[in-house]
Amino acid sequence: MTMLGKLDSSAIPFDQPIPLVAALGVFLAGVAVLGWITVKGYWPYLWNEWISSVDHKRIGVMYIVLAMLMLLRGFIDAIMMRTQQVLAIHGPGYLPPEHYDQIFSAHGTIMIFFAAMPFMIGLMNFAVPLQLGIRDVAFPTLNSVSFWLTASGALLVNISLVIGEFARTGWLPYAPLSETTYSPGVGVDYYLWSIQISGVGTLLTGVNLVTTILKMRAPGMGYLRMPMFCWTSLASNLLIVAAFPILTATLAMLTLDRYLGFHFFTNEAGGNQMMFVNLIWAWGHPEVYILVLPAFGIFSEVFSTFSSKPLFGYRSMVAATMFICIVSFMVWLHHFFTMGAGADVNAAFGIATSVIAVGTGVKIYNWLFTMYGGRIRFDTPMLWALGFVTTFTVGGMTGVLLAVPPADFVLHNSLFLVAHFHNVIISGVLFGAFAGFTYWFPKAFGFRLHEGWGKAAFWVTLAGYMLVFVPLYIVGLLGMTRRLQHIDMDLWAPWLVVAVFGVLVMIAGAALQIMQLAVSIRHRDKLRDETGDPWDGRSLEWSTSSPPPVFNYARLPYVEDEEPYWRIKQRAREEKRPGAEEGYEPIEMPRNSPTGFVTAFFSTLIGFALIWHIWWLAIVGFIGAYATFVVFAWRDHGDYEIPAEEVARIDDDHKAAQSARLRRWERPA
Amino acid sequence: MRSAKSACPKNASSPGLVAEQVLLRSSSKPGRQLLWIPAIAFLPGCAGGVLDPQGPIGSGNRTILLNSLAVMLVIVVPTLVALLAFAWKFRASNSDARYDPEFTYSGRIELIVWSIPTLTILFLGGLIYYGSHQLDPRKPIPSAQPPLDIQVVALDWKWLFLYPEQGVGAVNQLVIPAGVPVHFKLTSASVMNTFFVPQLGSMVYVMNGMQTELHLQADREGSFFGQSAHFSGDGFSDMNFSVSAVSADAFTRWTSSLRGGGGVLNANAYRELARQSTNVPPSTFGHVQPGLFDAVAQQILPPGPGPAESAAGGEPQVSPKALPAAAPPTGHHPQAEGAE
Repeated sequence: MTMLGKLDSSAIPFDQPIPLVAALGVFLAGVAVLGWITVKGYWPYLWNEWISSVDHKRIGVMYIVLAMLMLLRGFIDAIMMRTQQVLAIHGPGYLPPEHYDQIFSAHGTIMIFFAAMPFMIGLMNFAVPLQLGIRDVAFPTLNSVSFWLTASGALLVNISLVIGEFARTGWLPYAPLSETTYSPGVGVDYYLWSIQISGVGTLLTGVNLVTTILKMRAPGMGYLRMPMFCWTSLASNLLIVAAFPILTATLAMLTLDRYLGFHFFTNEAGGNQMMFVNLIWAWGHPEVYILVLPAFGIFSEVFSTFSSKPLFGYRSMVAATMFICIVSFMVWLHHFFTMGAGADVNAAFGIATSVIAVGTGVKIYNWLFTMYGGRIRFDTPMLWALGFVTTFTVGGMTGVLLAVPPADFVLHNSLFLVAHFHNVIISGVLFGAFAGFTYWFPKAFGFRLHEGWGKAAFWVTLAGYMLVFVPLYIVGLLGMTRRLQHIDMDLWAPWLVVAVFGVLVMIAGAALQIMQLAVSIRHRDKLRDETGDPWDGRSLEWSTSSPPPVFNYARLPYVEDEEPYWRIKQRAREEKRPGAEEGYEPIEMPRNSPTGFVTAFFSTLIGFALIWHIWWLAIVGFIGAYATFVVFAWRDHGDYEIPAEEVARIDDDHKAAQSARLRRWERPA
Repeated sequence: MRSAKSACPKNASSPGLVAEQVLLRSSSKPGRQLLWIPAIAFLPGCAGGVLDPQGPIGSGNRTILLNSLAVMLVIVVPTLVALLAFAWKFRASNSDARYDPEFTYSGRIELIVWSIPTLTILFLGGLIYYGSHQLDPRKPIPSAQPPLDIQVVALDWKWLFLYPEQGVGAVNQLVIPAGVPVHFKLTSASVMNTFFVPQLGSMVYVMNGMQTELHLQADREGSFFGQSAHFSGDGFSDMNFSVSAVSADAFTRWTSSLRGGGGVLNANAYRELARQSTNVPPSTFGHVQPGLFDAVAQQILPPGPGPAESAAGGEPQVSPKALPAAAPPTGHHPQAEGAE
């Protein structure tokens, strides 16, 4: 055994131009960015304000930056897949199978674990404590650890582009294909360790946010006064706490198979591959709702805010959310109706699956009646919400269709299935993420995003998304199965060509989004949000300044109903003054801590070392990570105090802006 | 294979088809057919896919699929219309619309909102229960004809079809008599795959050490496209096979010609065949050792080797591109004949 384990120069794909050039590009861009930071002297700022920050708002923003980068990476994979299939009609295309298989595996893995999850967790991290009217999450340093572990997993996946290979098994490494007999390379190991490391981060986030929501609400905020986004976040994080351990255990068993010759899922020696499939979907189906429930919360906020009405049927929405949360654990078998289960088993899971649609249906009708009698403003977040609710209804319908076993018998694993889950994930999770991003961006940075570019991005993305996935529904009905590296059927060809045009339109949509961000940053002074309440909001986060001070609220708000800020605004108008004058008290805030970053550094070492069997380095990583934990546990001062005068000084500007707005309202219209 | 793909069979409802009367009789009622119209409207009319079934199981799948779709469209379409109509009617710039910010709860609406999806799902649940039992892959197809047994083994990366009664076998080529129910027993030599002939209907997984069952039937003579519907590794995209449904006489002639054509599939030949190979042309075996399928399904014959052993002693590489070339050709099985 050499010092570097299995790692040698053959791990770098010198013979494959595409990953090599891509990696070189990323490397050069990375060096350029780091060089720019060094030249400008931004390192102390980055370290103090971001990398070691334990502020939930900063961590939320970093999650979203990571998610957007990974969204682009996953999108590039998607572009390669769609173009490969068109170029490989009766031909080899430009991606050989061993490369193409990595691309679709990486696409799914990256989109679910490193784009959708961090985006949703980022939005929850940013908005939940603000909506609850509190200063931070329950465990701020743990929050930083969670983020950096997620980043560590994302880094490992991207390292696999240059050093070695990624899994060639699909985004869920079904055994026995993922066992060493059939996948002897390091690809599956990259998958396992990056998901395990980031999975720890996700589980810690779940613990953190569940504790925060259950234990740390503002005075007066009972459960049934929480904003809907907090409710769906609670449901989502409960699912994380309940489901992610299943994923961790399943992947740990596969790891034991691969590293120590165990036989959990092997063909031989009593291994049971169906157990892998059951376990992975016992996590995998709740995972779908982990992603989409926070998005439902965002849409609830958006529908209510932009209809200038409270959410219709609030309690019914809460019930529907918790209903979905529980039933989502009872439907996993619908992912493999075709595995030969008996008719009764299939029927039971088919019915359970369609029962989940009741909860979602209730939500759709409640959003519908939220708009009824409203005064609807079509700002960008509302456009994303309307785009969601219409297309998601169709995607949900095709989902229920797939829950009908005899229909699934001919549609399972087809492009129809692929179209279905993109239909719900893009409209549900991605549109939800974009709606939340546009909605809370002014709160995070103090200026709005440009509406014109945002609306253009919405319409173009919507058109592109339909143009890609409607043809995929059709080729699925024409019998086309997923993950084909080349195509021999003329019947499918025209639809695949249409889908590629759709991809071009989606590229334009992504470019418009990037333009929106660039234009908005450039014109940030024109787009400045002085009042902290750019959308005429209803929940507490809009009552503080944009961006909020580190302590969020100079005085903790007292909550009397479901829409506390709406009530504050109404009262201010009646009483013609922004609010009662009270004194300030000093505020204790948690200190910055590099624990998260340092832990993640060592975790990356552990992951990389275990992937390549560099045992000494793995031991070094373990010792380092453990030492970091001990040092953190040994700390004497976790908090620092912001004096009352400082709080008053910071709050003065915000109060002045609020008074100015009140005067504007008083002017006769 | 290609003829099957571009084929555009007439969606005939020829009389006397054995199983169509048995399965989902309701599909021929005019009322049910009306329900299909919205669904079919946006689909390509003539197709080789799952909406153009050529047997009773496929027809059953299609009927359930379209009926479920119709049931759901009944509520989905009005909901979509209402969503867009409300959003437009209550736009802020419309001064005619009544602004009613107090309209946040209505017991009556909540009742409707919970009951519409619930009732739909109740109805659909009945369809699910009925369909799951009617189209259970294990359920024999009622027929005057005795079923033909075919054993299927998924190998890396080709399909092996064995005809136990006839004692013959074929790779990547499935020949069945039209109008006769076929009883498939399926297993895998290595990793998971899914046996799927879209125009015949239901698919089923195949797994090593396990046996699944499936009943299918082609009503008419014709040629159909078959594939694996579960990703199984680098050679997956070539795991296609042609299905020829021929007359009973032609089927008998075909099996006899196989017996005369040589090629022996015994344990040794099977081990050779189980090595990984890609894009394997169709081939046949005139004699298949009895009990071979059970030996595979019960792992008396060990699971197929992965890339390491298949690549003739080569070290497992990051990108085993040399693999297809290194694997033995499976065309005419000279080794198999030599072994005899």
